[in-house]
Amino acid sequence: MGMTMIEKILARSAGLPGVAPGDVVTVNVGTAVVIDQNFMHNRMREPKRVWDADKVVIMLDHIAPADTPMRANIHKAARKFAEKQGIGKFHDVNGGLGICHQLVADYGYALPGSVLACVDSHTCSAGAFNCAARGIGHPEMAWVLATGRTWFPVVETVRYEFVSELPRVLNGKDVILHIANTYGDHAMQNVEFGGPGVAGMSMNMRRTIATMCAEISTEFAVFEADERCIEHVRSQNPDAVFEPQAADPDAVYADVRTVDLGALEPLVAFPDTVVRNSRPVSEAADVRIDQAFIGSCANGTLDDFEVAATVLKGRKIAAGTRLIVTPGSQAVLLEATRRGYVETLLEAGAVVTNSTCGACCGYSNGVLGAGEVCITASTRNFKGRMGSPEASIYLASPATVAASAVRGSIADPREMM
Amino acid sequence: MTIQGKTWKFGDHINTDLILPGPVMLMPYDEQPRHVFAANRPGWVDEVGAGDVLIAGRNFGTGSGRPAARSLKVLGLSCLVAESINGLFFRNCVNYGFYAMECPGVSEAFEEGDVAEVDFAAFTVRNARTGQTLQGRTFPDMLLKIIEAGGIYPLMEAEGMLADPNPETA
Ligand code: SF4
Repeated sequence: MGMTMIEKILARSAGLPGVAPGDVVTVNVGTAVVIDQNFMHNRMREPKRVWDADKVVIMLDHIAPADTPMRANIHKAARKFAEKQGIGKFHDVNGGLGICHQLVADYGYALPGSVLACVDSHTCSAGAFNCAARGIGHPEMAWVLATGRTWFPVVETVRYEFVSELPRVLNGKDVILHIANTYGDHAMQNVEFGGPGVAGMSMNMRRTIATMCAEISTEFAVFEADERCIEHVRSQNPDAVFEPQAADPDAVYADVRTVDLGALEPLVAFPDTVVRNSRPVSEAADVRIDQAFIGSCANGTLDDFEVAATVLKGRKIAAGTRLIVTPGSQAVLLEATRRGYVETLLEAGAVVTNSTCGACCGYSNGVLGAGEVCITASTRNFKGRMGSPEASIYLASPATVAASAVRGSIADPREMM
Repeated sequence: MTIQGKTWKFGDHINTDLILPGPVMLMPYDEQPRHVFAANRPGWVDEVGAGDVLIAGRNFGTGSGRPAARSLKVLGLSCLVAESINGLFFRNCVNYGFYAMECPGVSEAFEEGDVAEVDFAAFTVRNARTGQTLQGRTFPDMLLKIIEAGGIYPLMEAEGMLADPNPETA
């Protein structure tokens, strides 16, 4: 029986000739990503010895630089751990700072055809690189670091075939909102993305889609590896050895669904979930906003700075509204500065912050108060996610968020681009 | 292993930010369980008793990798039975040693307050009031052993794999 992409990656990582839905397999982990959250409250008890220091990466991201003595101690613990275990790939508070999933992409840590593990739920982001990447929680991370192995259930796979090309104003965010709206959650399912439409998607766009698969509860979400993907990994991580996995022609799917990218329109998810909760932007047009946010591991890329700058060029943020823009990494910020995007944003009245998770998880740089309304281009709009449980969080693409900041209420970006 | 307890019922898509809100995670570890479901069911933490059973709908625990399962365990709940459980949340249940089972039909079969008998050998759930028994989804022995051991840390501790906790980040 043929296997899907994910089944092939799991089989390969488990050293098995084949796997099928219903199996639980023990796999070798290719890359383990440790973040500042691991060290908080000793959530991840440290193993005495890491199985392979070269396969471990450490990143400070959820709150960095430190905002309290507690966070400073968390960062100290991470530094000490890196030193003790001889882990060289350490992203501290310096030029290498960034949100873990952005850095995994930018530094080529996600190797096609392999397994990547991190505590964080949006680890599926690395699926853009044909990598079976998954959030595994804190205790499991201790086990992975000690042994280099973990277990996964093999579940059925849904395949999405992308055809035609996405209109310029649209973003991967609109694509995933469409999927979440049409098909609902994908709990206990894998998702693989392929088809002729993938070729026209930037790696950033693929990553937005893969990252957001946490919101539809997939087990794994993986893209086909095309030349663009492989070239990206090779250029960023020249020494890496990897073997991309394609689906067998006779792979068995729970369903195969075609998404016509050219037919999509900008969508807005209404507060509390993205699952079956989005509407065309026109239907949200009278919603007044206090805050607009562009950032997070899903939409803090150079592409997102570019689109925000395109919308904001020669315009001003509406009075009584604030736009906060947080880059996915300091490297993104540097390049966005060089290209003049940051200047455009600042001139429009936006506040551009350092790279960190920040407002996305309600920790810093734009936390919401009771009764406030926010439109965000981050990952998740659960009640209370960005601060007060009495705030309302709408979720959309960076273009829609930037246009809304100009209008002071939710706006269609097609009118400004 | 059979668990018997009074049930509390919750709906579909109960997410990790409801179980353990973001700002709460910055509080001392021991205080965190006091804030479980503060947004959707305030005061519940004072009503729930040791050994009670949580019955829930579809995709319970969707969301983040935070230690939300641990908070439910610390509150004294004996187990979770849901129509379906989010994959990452289930991992955390196993690894924090919190009994959890997927059981289609469980929401219909229980009214809040009914007593549930949950059998983790046969993977069945019985309603003591109605006598109805449902078949849950099984999972391998390997995972059950981790739960029985109290989670992954006791197992690693026994093998001498863990360093001492860091007092600065406790
Ligand atoms: S940016 Fe948001 S979703 Fe991404 S890792 Fe940080 S907190 Fe999680």
